[in-house]
Amino acid sequence: MYKIGVMGDRESVMSFKALGLDVFPCEAEEEARKILHEIAKDKYGIIYVTEDLIKSIEKDIDRYNDSIIPAIIPIPSRQGASGMGMMNVKKSVERAVGADILFGGDK
Amino acid sequence: MERMKVNPTRMMLTTLKKRLATATRGHKLMKDKRDELMKTFLEVAKENGKLRQEVEAGLENVYRAFTIASAIMSSEVMEESLMFPKQGVNLDMEKKNIMSVEVPIFSFETEAEESADIFPYGFARTSGELDTAISGLSDMFPQLLELAAKEKETALLAAELEKTRRRVNALEYVVIPRLEVTIKYITMKLDEDERGNQTRLMKVKDMMLEEAIRQRRKKDDECFSGGTCN
Repeated sequence: MYKIGVMGDRESVMSFKALGLDVFPCEAEEEARKILHEIAKDKYGIIYVTEDLIKSIEKDIDRYNDSIIPAIIPIPSRQGASGMGMMNVKKSVERAVGADILFGGDK
Repeated sequence: MERMKVNPTRMMLTTLKKRLATATRGHKLMKDKRDELMKTFLEVAKENGKLRQEVEAGLENVYRAFTIASAIMSSEVMEESLMFPKQGVNLDMEKKNIMSVEVPIFSFETEAEESADIFPYGFARTSGELDTAISGLSDMFPQLLELAAKEKETALLAAELEKTRRRVNALEYVVIPRLEVTIKYITMKLDEDERGNQTRLMKVKDMMLEEAIRQRRKKDDECFSGGTCN
């Protein structure tokens, strides 16, 4: 049985609490890093992280890229989508194919 | 392509030929794997892109509703209302094998039986907007989960595809040409040695014949001059 975690600024993640997900409000980079590694070890299958937060802890997230669990998924924060989640998908395509042949048209 | 530094012997030739056969077969298999992976990957990536757009749009709506709710209610009441969630989620993961890449499939169970029963607060002190936001988020939840699975699948497939692509290229443009060049070099070297040997043997044979003829002549001459030959 796995758990689902949500990380991000308090405003954005509060709503997820109503769903019964485990919420970790954090804004400082250092704190976020610590929480991420802690919960990654602790049977969390999915960790949703707001895009604003992802930017600052990208390197730490890359470490979990090639393992099946946890899946760290960027979600837009309350300020709206910055297109970063889409960038991730594009990056995957680029990595696999060598060039972005799917989403080249938009954005 | 530079050849390998090996001794041009028959044994090495046999070894290299075996390696070339293995490499060629490996290349074919890898190529098939790459093609199949590529096909799957592009499908998954496309779905992923679409799903992400939907989720981002949906979340934006949810956030908007929350913003409105928090404008109407005080932040203390809001936080208090959400503090003890009624709803809980149990996440289960299974692994699916796509071309020897393990990808997760998530399934979940919610603890509250009815979808109307998810609000962790009384309706008296909270505004209707909060209800809208929460039920909207709850409706979106399956999509969020699917997005997580798809995104992970995309990332894992991409990693595997990159690896396979590199292997195919390394085999196609480095390993196989180098083996071929080396095999050719050894074959030619062996042929050359063979020819050298042949001429040497012919030369030796000539020399031996000449020697024999000379001796015979000498003997004949002695016979004629002395007349004592029997």
